[in-house]
Amino acid sequence: MGHAIEYNAREAWSGGQSPFRVSYGKMMMWFFLISDALTFGGLLVSYGFIRHKYADVWPKAENVFTHFPFIEQHIPLAYVGLMTFILIMSSVTMVLAVEAGHRMDKKGVIIWMFWTIVGGLTFVGSQAWEWYHFIVGTEEGALRNVWNDELGKYVPQIVHGANMVVNEYGLPQFANYFFFITGFHGFHVFSGVVINLIIFINVIKGTYEKRGHYEMVEKVGLYWHFVDLVWVFVFTFFYLL
Amino acid sequence: METNTIHTANTLHDEHVHTHAHHHHDDEHHESFITKYVFSQDHKTISRQFLITAMVMAVVAMVMSIVFRLQLAWPGEKFAFIEWVMGDKWGKDGILDPNAYLALVTIHGTIMVFFLLTGGLSGTFSNLLIPYQCGARDMASGFLNMLSYWFFFVSSVIMLVSLFIKDGAASAGWTIYPPLSALPEAIPGSKLGMTLWLVSMTLFVVSSLLGGLNYIVTVINLRTKGMKMTRLPLTIWAFLITAILGVLSFPVLVSCVVLLIMDRSFGTSFYLSDIYIGGRPLDNVGGSPILFEHLFWFLGHPEVYIVLLPALGITSEIISTMSRKPIFGYRAMIGSMLAIGFLSFIVWGHHMYVTGMNPFLGSVFVFTTLLIAIPSAVKAFNYITTLWKGNLQMSPAMLFSIGLVSSFITGGVTGIILADSTLDITYHDTYFVVAHFHIVMGLSAVFGMFAGVYHWFPKLFLRMMNKKLGYLHFWLTFLAAYGVFFPMHFLGTAGVPRRYYTNSAFPMFDDLADINVIITVSAIIGALAQLIFLFNFFYSMFRGEKAPQNPWGSNTLEWTNPVAHIHGNWPGPLPVVHRWPYDYSKPGAEKDFIPQTVPLAEGEADEGGHHH
Repeated sequence: MGHAIEYNAREAWSGGQSPFRVSYGKMMMWFFLISDALTFGGLLVSYGFIRHKYADVWPKAENVFTHFPFIEQHIPLAYVGLMTFILIMSSVTMVLAVEAGHRMDKKGVIIWMFWTIVGGLTFVGSQAWEWYHFIVGTEEGALRNVWNDELGKYVPQIVHGANMVVNEYGLPQFANYFFFITGFHGFHVFSGVVINLIIFINVIKGTYEKRGHYEMVEKVGLYWHFVDLVWVFVFTFFYLL
Repeated sequence: METNTIHTANTLHDEHVHTHAHHHHDDEHHESFITKYVFSQDHKTISRQFLITAMVMAVVAMVMSIVFRLQLAWPGEKFAFIEWVMGDKWGKDGILDPNAYLALVTIHGTIMVFFLLTGGLSGTFSNLLIPYQCGARDMASGFLNMLSYWFFFVSSVIMLVSLFIKDGAASAGWTIYPPLSALPEAIPGSKLGMTLWLVSMTLFVVSSLLGGLNYIVTVINLRTKGMKMTRLPLTIWAFLITAILGVLSFPVLVSCVVLLIMDRSFGTSFYLSDIYIGGRPLDNVGGSPILFEHLFWFLGHPEVYIVLLPALGITSEIISTMSRKPIFGYRAMIGSMLAIGFLSFIVWGHHMYVTGMNPFLGSVFVFTTLLIAIPSAVKAFNYITTLWKGNLQMSPAMLFSIGLVSSFITGGVTGIILADSTLDITYHDTYFVVAHFHIVMGLSAVFGMFAGVYHWFPKLFLRMMNKKLGYLHFWLTFLAAYGVFFPMHFLGTAGVPRRYYTNSAFPMFDDLADINVIITVSAIIGALAQLIFLFNFFYSMFRGEKAPQNPWGSNTLEWTNPVAHIHGNWPGPLPVVHRWPYDYSKPGAEKDFIPQTVPLAEGEADEGGHHH
């Protein structure tokens, strides 16, 4: 097979300065994010399609999401507003971590990544809380036709909260899209937290200090900001509009 | 100029040291069989893995087509072949089971569109040619590239496994429209078979994404010195645009498919409404099957060009090389590919004219669809003008390339008919559509793929394929292919619907039965012709004539390295590029080709970089 010569693709590349002055890894992350944005785009457009179809009867978010932990009163959209604030703050701490990485300040990276991870976990936890209240629903509930196997027909019945098939708030699609899109986003946040945690451990171990740069932090930072940005859209379409 | 020389010399020096260091390294641990041939991160090996996997899949899909073609030509007749292929259950007494028929057309379409012409075509040639023709040591990320292949492999295995389960494979057509695909009670194929189809396709999308990211980044970031974008071979432009289309459209298929999975398995109603099963109205209310079509075709239409563009890129390269002439309109070719890529995202509605779409919206889609004819015609004319008065070298690859030009035009013309929302009322879901897309996308892409295999076989397996067998393969394939798909226009115009197990219940179609016989006989001849190819392929792989370094007198970089599979592609420093790749028969030049590595002579203009 001739003589096997191994090359490190990047070191041996004689192509001069790479266009856009971006490493391949970072560029790949950007293209991945574009791709992922289209997945969310597809989901949100499909949500818009159905919601537009039933614009007259679509439930109002401020009547549905009114709970706040430890408070008896109902304050529309207060808790989701807080969640959103926490997630955006975690993006700010991520920026600070990346900035500390540029200065090769290991301690700074550790501190700011730590707070990013805390922010991410808080958001995921809050979402679980939000889902819980959505699923349990109100005491009054609402009258819905539910299939009765014994009678072999649909009979009116009080329904509390929501599941995939029926909910007290309105059309099944309201809960379907809520579960699916916030769930899909929540899965992204969760995997973001896991990735951040891995990089965080590497930072503590000094992997990037040895490597001479903190580009990995920057790359996961891109992902984290993206997940944040998507939430802004989800928040707008589900809660505000 | 002087600094350049110094730079090159330096690199040379560096790499000597580098090489030396690695020799020691090599002594310590050789590559094992596993890392070299199985979990390889080398683009050349991955390319061959994609090619061979796709060939296996294609043979499966081809055999399927023969089985259902036998049923269509001679409905209800007994064939030992059908019993042999389909077994006792689905081919009892040699008669094809109606549900199995649906499964066969579904999986035939799925394999051909995704596994052969998306995964197979891009996977083979993007992997082989992007590092070679850009002058890179390998893909940007060999590891992700390896994952891309193995996701493809697992997804292929799952698709094949789904053929052997109790209720049969997915049967709702390759477009898997709900509610047929969403309700397990609808048809046997919508039970486990559909679930496996969805799982397989999800893994396929992961593979496609990992591959696509690598292709894009490698083309943008890892070009060798002097390889400006305007000096890239058209193959690379085609692969780049294809990869971008994939990265933008497949994720929408993901959102489409995950919602279908929710409807199938978790009780949601995204696509379902107002359905009775066994007298019982289902809980699913309010969803919209039209929504599925929108999401599906937003992928589905770019997918057509994901399939077609690599083939167009491959033929651009081959037609120019084998005509010994520069490609006509290099920039126009790039521009038209970009235009096709852009337009492919705003035409999906032409698949949905008869869904009750607002006629005004329909006319918008008619307009955008007809616009695609412009860049497509630019490409067709550029091929013809490149061939015009060329010094034509009729290799099998060249024949297949010309075959592509033929099918691209034939199928493109019927596309103009189908693009019209009024005519589509008549033609929708008839054999006319089957004829159209098989010719314009199926045949063109398959011809492009064959052309690529014949042309770059020396790079894939370091040997030459047999030319005479190649000719025989081409002519039989070409004639048989037209024999299959051309008569389908007549069936479609007469109103014969596609996807029917048999049309014998409609007396009005009785006169057309002979056409179906012609089609099936052609299909059998075409299938047998592929045996010639398979023999030629595997025989040449081991026993073929050893390939010379540059058998076709090409200008591109992959022919500047030795006839060996070297890790890192070039033994010394990377080649430096000085000119565009199409300096064939340049007036005043000594030979009829000037490789990209030859510096420009004094006063010589670089054709790709400047306009005249």
